[in-house]
Amino acid sequence: MSISFDNALGVHEQALKFRSQRAEVLANNLANAETPNYKARDLEFSAVLAAQQPGGSQSVSLAQTNSGHIAADSLIDQVAGLRFRTPLQPSLDGNTVDAEAEKAAYAQNAIDFQASFTFLNSKFKGLMTALRGD
Amino acid sequence: MSLDKVFDIAGSGMSAQSLRLNTVASNIANAETVSSSIDQTYRARNPVFATIFSAEQGAGASLFSDQQQVGEGVQVLGVVESDAELEPRYEPDHPMANEDGYVFYPNVNVVEEMANMMSASRSYQTNVEVMNTAKTMLQRVLTLGQ
Repeated sequence: MSISFDNALGVHEQALKFRSQRAEVLANNLANAETPNYKARDLEFSAVLAAQQPGGSQSVSLAQTNSGHIAADSLIDQVAGLRFRTPLQPSLDGNTVDAEAEKAAYAQNAIDFQASFTFLNSKFKGLMTALRGD
Repeated sequence: MSLDKVFDIAGSGMSAQSLRLNTVASNIANAETVSSSIDQTYRARNPVFATIFSAEQGAGASLFSDQQQVGEGVQVLGVVESDAELEPRYEPDHPMANEDGYVFYPNVNVVEEMANMMSASRSYQTNVEVMNTAKTMLQRVLTLGQ
């Protein structure tokens, strides 16, 4: 029997990484809430999850019709990348940040981060219990 | 952990908003600063914001998106002076009046500046909250396994 961290921790380690990435994106949206022509962006959990699945990545790649062609796959990762937010209402300066929506998303993301952290922490606690054996 | 970057991003937002508050303060303080010629009259000043993008493009620091950049906060490109019309007033008794009896008042709209001030202070507040939340998240991570 071998203990592997990847097996033991499951998806929670990746989930925590995703949450901190998303916090960065949303913080950037909020910092640029008054920048002209700034377009709000977001990371979508389901898209990132699908890209992490084995064989789930649907990124655009170049077709190789000749043996001399060089493989150039996933130049642009369309599945896991950042998405532009659809604005609820237009603004004169071309900025699409809705500060209230971004704040709500940021708060929700922070809570989800705590949830992922709690799961990860309990995994570690389980491992500690297994190691101590008492 | 890319949570460290949140501090830089929110910090850049706070410094940009405080510069905006500075220009508002300057505009309101000089709202009644008269002058005898158009060239020397104070004009309303406003900062120009722009997004900062990381210099090392696709350095591989990001797990999910190497190609598409997140951006790293906001910067102030410069401060521009308003081109709006100055307000000439006929006040021949004014010590600053020119030979025709006119003094020039700045093109500062005080009501606009007050609204600008409230918007800037709210945005500053938002950035502080973002930083606070990120701090809580990081402190939580430090207790991992305890």
